Amino acid sequence: MLELIDTYWLYFLVGQYPQGPLGGLALTVLLASLALVLALPVGIALGLARVSPWRCLRWPVTALVSTVRGLPLLMVVFWAYFLLPSVTGHKTDQFGTMLVALIIFDGAYIAEIVRAGIRGVPRGQVEGAYSLGFGYLGAMRCIVLPQALRNMLPSLVNQFVATIKETSLGYIIGLTEVAFVATQINTQVFTKAAEIYAVLALTYFLLCFGLSRCAYALERHLHRARGT
Amino acid sequence: MRFDLALVLAGQYHDWLLAGLKLSLQVAGVTLALALPLGVAVALLRLAPAAPLRALAWCYVEGIRNVPLLAHLLFWYFGAPELLPEAAKQWLHAGDVEVASAVVALTLYTSAYMAEDVRSGIRAVPGQQFHAALALGFRFLQAMRLVILPQALRVTVPPLLSRTLSLWKDTSIATVIGVGEMMYQAARVESASFRSFEAFAFVTSAYLLVSLLITAVAAGVQHRWPPRPA
Repeated sequence: MLELIDTYWLYFLVGQYPQGPLGGLALTVLLASLALVLALPVGIALGLARVSPWRCLRWPVTALVSTVRGLPLLMVVFWAYFLLPSVTGHKTDQFGTMLVALIIFDGAYIAEIVRAGIRGVPRGQVEGAYSLGFGYLGAMRCIVLPQALRNMLPSLVNQFVATIKETSLGYIIGLTEVAFVATQINTQVFTKAAEIYAVLALTYFLLCFGLSRCAYALERHLHRARGT
Repeated sequence: MRFDLALVLAGQYHDWLLAGLKLSLQVAGVTLALALPLGVAVALLRLAPAAPLRALAWCYVEGIRNVPLLAHLLFWYFGAPELLPEAAKQWLHAGDVEVASAVVALTLYTSAYMAEDVRSGIRAVPGQQFHAALALGFRFLQAMRLVILPQALRVTVPPLLSRTLSLWKDTSIATVIGVGEMMYQAARVESASFRSFEAFAFVTSAYLLVSLLITAVAAGVQHRWPPRPA
């Protein structure tokens, strides 16, 4: 076991980098972070459209969000894999494919978090804003969203944990993230599959468990701050 | 190449995709039947009077939920059989080892989430009810079975249904270990005919249809049995 870790730890962490492309755990974290950061504006826009008073905006977005949430991520990845090259006109690499799929998928889930966050802001706040002369958009931007985003923080950290877990599906389209690298190590060593995959699981566990503890601490902190 | 849906609505490709749909539904059904009782058991352990039992159940839930399903599948398919004795390995490989590994991984994964849903349902029942049951002479398990769980279940059914929806979507990941479910068959049709759009359109509609059905059931349950304040 120790010998295994000693030989392959660098490959596990960064893939073939710096001789080749970045891979391994570093790629997993990079992909998850980029996906969340880019999915956040998409999710906020979709979430706002979901609660907007204009039907022509609300209905198509509701249909879109429900459709994406009814599909497995793998299906979204497959569609991205086949549609992206014909949309953009040139071949998309695995990283780009996975990133686009994650942005669409997480965007739909963040939209629901945003919607719940906006619903969680007391109605009196909006009414107060209207009586002060704000319009709908002004009240949303200056009064509702800042409070909603603050309440959403723990859910967003949990969404980051979910995104890290979702990046593992890059394995299927040959993205050299940590699960793929573990499989390559397994092919080279061949006799120690249980140990290698146990290390893979432990790695994911440490990363995701640490983050979900942060979400928990954040939630308690916000709860206390609101209580006083 | 024109979009020709007729290709996947009849003939060999249609049969492949239907076989995939059937296997996906079977895997989801068997997993649900196994994961639900396991989830309830783990939830009860998490609330057990003895601290070591609570700690054990906590490790189970956190350990499983913080690892992606893909890693579970890889471990149970490639890793775990290797740890078994030779005779058990041969017996396993004589049967359908892919489906068995997928069901084990999906059951463990889903049960950890269901345990948390059931636990929060139990915690939604006021604590006085439990103490009153104990005061009336019930034991821990009796109080749970006769007083707490019937009330908790009502609050728990909507999250459990949404977990079932996740389970349905998660079955697609079993394709990585070569289970011949719907996603696997879509890729098979795609590589045999290069008709990716038709195959994916079929599979997408099938996933959506079942997802919508589960959502409709959840909405119906919520309408028929709305959660009551305890």
